[in-house]
Order: sequence, then C-alpha cells, then structure tokens
Amino acid sequence: MVDDLKLAELRATARELRYHIINMMGAGKPHHFGGSLSIVELVTALYFYKMRYDARDPRWDGRDRFVMSKGHTVPTQYVALAKMGVLPMEDLPTLKRLGSILQGHPNACMTPGLEACTGSLGQGLSFANGIAMAARIRHLGIRVYCLLGDGELHEGQVWEAAMGSSTHKLDNLCAMVDRNRLKSQGAVDEAKSLEPLTGKWEAFGWHAISVDGHNLCQICDALDEAEMVRGKPTVIIAETVKGKGVPFMEGQFQFHNAPITRKQWEEAMRVLSLGEEVV
Amino acid sequence: MKWKLGDRVETRIAYGEALLELGKHRQDVVVLDADLQRSNMTHAFGQAHPERFFDMGVAEADMVCTAAGMAATGMIVFATSFAMFVPGRAYDQIRLQLSYGQENVKIVGVSAGLTQGPDGATHQALDDVALVRQLPGMTVLNPADATEAYRAVVAAAEIATPVYIRLGRYPTPVIFGEDYQFEIGAVPVMRRGDDIVICATGIMTALALDTAEILADQGIETSVLNVPTIKPLNTEAILDAALGKKLCVTMEEHWISGGLGSAVAETLAEVRNTPPLLRIGVRDKFGQSATADELLEHYGLTPVHMAESILNAMGE
Repeated sequence: MVDDLKLAELRATARELRYHIINMMGAGKPHHFGGSLSIVELVTALYFYKMRYDARDPRWDGRDRFVMSKGHTVPTQYVALAKMGVLPMEDLPTLKRLGSILQGHPNACMTPGLEACTGSLGQGLSFANGIAMAARIRHLGIRVYCLLGDGELHEGQVWEAAMGSSTHKLDNLCAMVDRNRLKSQGAVDEAKSLEPLTGKWEAFGWHAISVDGHNLCQICDALDEAEMVRGKPTVIIAETVKGKGVPFMEGQFQFHNAPITRKQWEEAMRVLSLGEEVV
Repeated sequence: MKWKLGDRVETRIAYGEALLELGKHRQDVVVLDADLQRSNMTHAFGQAHPERFFDMGVAEADMVCTAAGMAATGMIVFATSFAMFVPGRAYDQIRLQLSYGQENVKIVGVSAGLTQGPDGATHQALDDVALVRQLPGMTVLNPADATEAYRAVVAAAEIATPVYIRLGRYPTPVIFGEDYQFEIGAVPVMRRGDDIVICATGIMTALALDTAEILADQGIETSVLNVPTIKPLNTEAILDAALGKKLCVTMEEHWISGGLGSAVAETLAEVRNTPPLLRIGVRDKFGQSATADELLEHYGLTPVHMAESILNAMGE
C-alpha cells in the first residue's frame, strides 16, 4: 500500500525523469518523445515503488524483471536506471551516439539493467513468459513485469503470448499496456480497433485492471493488487497521454519519433523545470 | 552408441535420444515444441520431464521468444519445430533474441529439405540454412547421420551461445562409428582422392560417398569432406582440400543459394588459383509432394545423377 509521503516522493521522481528525458534527447535530433513521456509514471512506480531490485547488482538472480517490450521508449528506462545508479548519469547524453551503450532500442548484452533485446514489436511478452516459466522451474520467487504499447498490440505475437501466460497460470507476471491511443502515424484504433480492450484481455484469461496511467496512486494500487492475484496473470491497462508533461506534445502523434527545434526544447525544459504537478 | 554402421536411421531419432540423455544429467535443460513433438521426437523428453517440457501450441514466434526469456533466466532451451517454421516463421525473433541478444537457445529444425516428402513444398525447408547462416554469433550444424546428430546435440548443449541444428526424417545410413568424436567446426575427411573434392553436408554426405564410388569406376579419384558445421565454416580445411583439385563440388539438400554451396563459393572466391565450383542442390525451384526417394531422384540428388553432373562439369 502506497502512503502519501511515498506518493509525493514518486511524483517528484516522475517529474525528474521527464526532465532528464527531454534533457538527454535535446533539440534537432529525432527521438521517441511521445511514448517515452507517456510511460513515465508506469516506469516510476515499477522501479521506485514495486520492484525488488538491487541497483548495486543488476544481474542479481533474485531481482524482479522488467521487460520493456515497446523498445523504442527505452530512454525512459535509461533515465530511471541512471537515477538508481545502475547507469552513470553522465552517460545519458550519449544516447544513440556511435559507441554508446545507450542504443536507440534496448540491447540487454550491452546495457546494464536491461533484460531483453526488443524494438521489433510484439516479442517482449513472450520473453516475459519465458522468464516467468523458468523462474517457476527454478523456484526463484521473482515477479516479472512487461510494458507494451497499445499500437504494439496490433502484433499477433502478443496474443500468442497472452494465451500462453494464462494457460500456464503465470500469476508471477504483470503486463502493462501504455494506452496512449496513438501510434507512429496516427490513431491506433483507426488502423485496427483494439476495443473492447479490457474484455479482450479478460477473454484471454487475464485479470485486467484499468487505471489512469499518470495517477501514481492508482498505478501503485494496481501493482499491489496484481501481486495478490492467484492462478492468472494480470494486465494493467493504463490510459495515458502521448507526450504527457510537455504541453505542445500532448496528444500529438507527430512527436512519436521526430526532432524538436531549439525553441521547442527550451520551452519543454522550462515547463519541466518549474516542478509543477503533472497530474 | 546404439547405431551400427550402415543402419538407416533418421537424424530426428538421434535428437530424441540425445535429449533424453541430456535431461537425465542436466536439470537446466528445457525442451519446447510447437505441436510437433511426436514427429520431432521431443515427446519422450516430455514424458520423462514434464516440468521441463512445454507444448507451445502452433506459435513458433512466441516459442522462440519464450525460449529466449527462459535462457535469460538460466535455462538451456531446445526450441523445436519443422525447419520450415523455425527459422522460417520465426526469423525476426531468432535474429533479435538469439543472434543480437545472444541467448542460449538451440533452434532445432526437423524434417528439413526435400526428404520431408509427401507434405510437399509448403513443408520442405530449402532456405533454412540461408536464413540463419548470415546471423552474427549463430552456430549452424547439419549432421550427416544419427551418430553425428546425437553428438552435435550434446555439443550444442555444451556451448552457451545460440545454435541452429538441422535435422531430417530420411532414414540415412549411419556412417560414423562409436568412436567418432564430434567437434564443432571440425571437417572429417571421409575419403581421399587427388582429382576432385566434394564438400557435403547432412544426408548428402552418405550420398557423396556413393557418388565417389561411381566416379572411381570412371577413373576419377575423389576426396569427400563432411561439413556438419556450416557456420562458423572451417575455411582452412576446405581450402586445404580444394587447392590443386580439378573441381570442387558442394552437395546439400537445400537451395544452392545461401547454404553450404554459397559458403564454399564465398571462401573460394577470395583466394587465388582455386578450382571451379559445382554447387549441387535444388536450383531455384520449390519441391513437391512425393516420397523422399522419388524427390531425390527427380531433383537430381541421387549418386548416379550427381556423378553425371560432376562428369559434365569436368568435361566443360
């Protein structure tokens, strides 16, 4: 159960992560701004509230695992890992530069703290299933989290995996869907409709929880609830806003992967450094 | 080893036996299949170790990524289906999770090649080696008989990197005895002759030996190399055998582009004074439904046909 003091701390952390995301991405180069900003609260709740994790030993066998299936938004994970001390803060500006350990999409061999190589969408939930199944064989007692984009749910493999998770009663697994409703080129549901989304997951044998994906209290409660569910996996469907926290990006698919101008960058940094409540 | 020289045994049988043996000694071995366990011989492992066997359903892409997640959590995983579907159906997953991610997963493609037989072209993988051979960090094994298949499976389990193992359902003669030592990358010389060299892989090695007999009757002395490791290719062994010969021949139950023939062509092309190359395999065509033997005959992969192709090539 998350208390008010912890919530205030988490909100401050989320603000800080947003600031670092924009700071590291900078102006003039294309980056995945929109989706990186929509998942900030989800990633914050995982790393700074829920997960059992030792930042001094990111390969610890007993750690909870977080698979970033929507690999293009790994910058948010980078800044979270940097804040925890898993990655050096000074490495953040090397994002996507030649020789950097911070690749545009996750490479688990290269970057401490990452669990899987993703970026070709649709693969992460299967990978998370594999961790959860192996953890059961090995009696590791860990929990596995997997973050999916809503556009990613167009990939058929996600549903192959979703059937597997419930068939194997993977109650040590919690998936999260970043339901920001925008993919790279426009509205998710105009290309292929996902609704009824909660009903789909339930029909696939999952326990589904809907939350406001920017409300840390709701997210933390949902993560707690997921841990108590027995006999089935849980999915948290998080209603989010693409570009959340930077007003001119909010709800705009054009910032899925695009450069921003110097002026826009300064504006974003100004807003984020004011320390206003995001929610 | 339970197979005698000359016995005709499908390499998939050896796979099943090797898995049982591995499962007995190693608690970290997990076997996955995509609803073909009775055909791929993984069923017996499942009976012996139900907690470490999973029927993943008809979902090869999911199977490969699940295997990768298990490997990342300390297991060594044999992910099995027909060679048509792994790698074919799950190429993107193999590239990202196994090659780029270097997860300890062994992809086992069974019923590879024309000798899959009656199911026809839809089930006859002739491109599987081409798909995996280009992937960085992959090891690609195509054993010639049951003995070699058994040893190759055990050897694959001993390395911590991804491996593709190509197996078949054609009862191919056992050509290696009990004392055979399999080593990844080794190229056993099956026969020595000064005129030409044949580099053969998979079931074609036994057929290459028969071809060499026919050629000997025509006064042509043939070296036969068995090349079970297509990647990393032992280019030194192949160049050693090829230099000074009148012709280098490759034999594979695969399209002639992308597989062993291509690998040998690439090797010879970078060196001066190498012999001309004849690639024997399936030439830019799909297979079709028939018995395995009818297909080998129809596509020119019997010793008689291949000897003829070689004589033609030498005459040119």
